[in-house]
Amino acid sequence: MEKAQYLRLLYQMLLIRRFEEKCAEMYAKTNIRGFLHLYIGEEAVAVGVTQALAGDDYVLATYREHGHALARGMDAGAIMAEMYGKQEGCSRGRGGSMHLFDGQKLCGGNAIVAGHLSMAVGMALAAKKQQQNRIACCFFGEGAAAEGEFHEAMNLAALWQVPVLFVCENNYYAMGTALRFSHAVQELEKKGPAYGIETAVADGMDVLAVERAAREAVEKVRAAGKPYFLVCNTYRFRAHSMFDAELYRDKSEVEEWKKRDPIPRLSDFLLTKKVITEQDIEDLENRVAAEVQKAVDFAEGGTWEPVEQLTKFVYSSD
Amino acid sequence: MGDKTGILITYREALKQALREALLSDERVFLLGEDVGRYGGAFAVSKGLLQEFGPERIMDVPLSESGFTGAGIGAALAGMRPIVEVMTVNFSLLAMDQIVNNAATLLHMSGGQLNVPVVIRMGCGIGRQLAAQHSHSWEPLYAHIPGLIVLSVGTHEDARGMLLSALKSPDPVVIFEYTYMLNLEKEIPADAGAVDITRAKVRREGRDISIITYGAGVYKALDAAAELAAAGIEAEVLDLRVLRPLDEASVIASVAKTHRALVVEEAWRSGGIAAEISARIMEKAFYELDAPVQRLCGVEVPIPYPKHLEDASVPQIADIVNAVKKMIKP
Ligand SMILES: Cc1ncc(C[n+]2csc(CCOP(=O)(O)OP(=O)(O)O)c2C)c(N)n1
Repeated sequence: MEKAQYLRLLYQMLLIRRFEEKCAEMYAKTNIRGFLHLYIGEEAVAVGVTQALAGDDYVLATYREHGHALARGMDAGAIMAEMYGKQEGCSRGRGGSMHLFDGQKLCGGNAIVAGHLSMAVGMALAAKKQQQNRIACCFFGEGAAAEGEFHEAMNLAALWQVPVLFVCENNYYAMGTALRFSHAVQELEKKGPAYGIETAVADGMDVLAVERAAREAVEKVRAAGKPYFLVCNTYRFRAHSMFDAELYRDKSEVEEWKKRDPIPRLSDFLLTKKVITEQDIEDLENRVAAEVQKAVDFAEGGTWEPVEQLTKFVYSSD
Repeated sequence: MGDKTGILITYREALKQALREALLSDERVFLLGEDVGRYGGAFAVSKGLLQEFGPERIMDVPLSESGFTGAGIGAALAGMRPIVEVMTVNFSLLAMDQIVNNAATLLHMSGGQLNVPVVIRMGCGIGRQLAAQHSHSWEPLYAHIPGLIVLSVGTHEDARGMLLSALKSPDPVVIFEYTYMLNLEKEIPADAGAVDITRAKVRREGRDISIITYGAGVYKALDAAAELAAAGIEAEVLDLRVLRPLDEASVIASVAKTHRALVVEEAWRSGGIAAEISARIMEKAFYELDAPVQRLCGVEVPIPYPKHLEDASVPQIADIVNAVKKMIKP
């Protein structure tokens, strides 16, 4: 891999991290309201997987999707403005943190757990019917994999043989419910073969491993027009949302996982291999800080949609 | 006799005390729902109950609304008294097949053989800037279903008492709790407990107009009535409480007294509870009316995220005051 590519991975992960740290700060200042689900700790998954996708592939994510939005190249300012509820936001302020949208770059921001999986199957079906080379990629947690919706979507995708990549972001907790309390079979990768879907597991704390696995998966999905199931084992460093006392896990467990933080993991690797220097990292941090500040400025300068427009977008004719 | 001195209590604490009392008083009762145990309840209503009652009676379940609601119905059929907690009404659509096609129909389909004594609680409503998929008011959807008893917890007294009465019901009860009110403190009698779940209740007496409402509308209507009183208008506030089967008699009695009715609800206007109340008044009390029945309902839009648009989506106190003034002094 080229130095520039490594730096891009590091840049994207850092941008997500610093952007979300700023979001938490803005939440405390009540500039952001509602639910705010941070992706901090899981950045390697979105960043790794999106490297393998084409610009016109469909991407669907959950309510924990700031990272996916940034990794897909959405404008940080439009995302921040959305979280402020300003009409300059990527969903005109109507959706907030859980509902970021930008055409096929990101088809949400979906907040009903597992509800987007069958939509991804349908998008892949449409691509197949129209003989396009596109695929659909959907991200979801291991909690979602307990829903009937997950099993229905997997079965349909395999039955119809459509090009969809299912990416399970296994962070071991669904709110406060640990994997062992939500799945009788905890090896999530066993669920793919049960539907005849090729499956792989990646270390979701290692962006290089995720990218490698994703490239292989996406190539197969695109070439064969079949579904693929990729399990990325990862960890959320922060609370589930801003209303979570974290009674269900030990601080020490969180600290253990923090040792595997995907960002220093990549930067340390690159420093040791002398691919990059401390100066490179400092430059990246500065670039990221500037971009985050620009996003905040954009959001703060944004405007409120007039109340008279409340019922806009209920129907296409509005 | 009971202790009538008032205690100050949050809506959350009232719900929790009811849960505790239910678990203590009947061994067949158990709570099952997402994150009710280790997490402490999505809204901290069941916090501490796992430690007190253990995992057999406070059951965390996987994300699987249809599955665990169906299991609750099955357990009820087979002799238990489960309390199913669907975290919020927003996710209840995944469980709705079980509620509508099984819980609500089994008694009738089986020719009276199988009654379903299950209680299904769900958080409900708007007001926390959670946007379209997390702000639903779907009481009317459930109130549409024969076979269900549908309760709306509009006050702290009912938060403390409705669950206990629901557990005595031989038939399925769906209870709506309003997440927006969880931290709100009000006074209830120290000995508050089970309440009647067949009747609406006049929360404030008045002679000039009936404000008929439920759920999140109750305290808003009471605040509006207080403001109206300062302007010389005596509004009666009728809390419907039971959305199915409707206590029509209480509605008619109130209208017969005040001769004017404003129905207030946060749910969408078309096909809502207010539409039903209005129709019943037309059918049964038309000649009592001095003015046409009016409705103040949720605006028919998926709820937007920003505060100013969210506020504009449901009736506020000022809207109620204005609507009443218009009806009284046209
Ligand atoms: C159908 C449905 N049920 C419940 C919820 C409430 N809820 C939101 S996120 C969540 C946990 C989901 O866990 P997981 O799928 O593992 O994803 P993670 O949040 O860990 O990324 C729950 C229970 C919901 N949004 N939708």
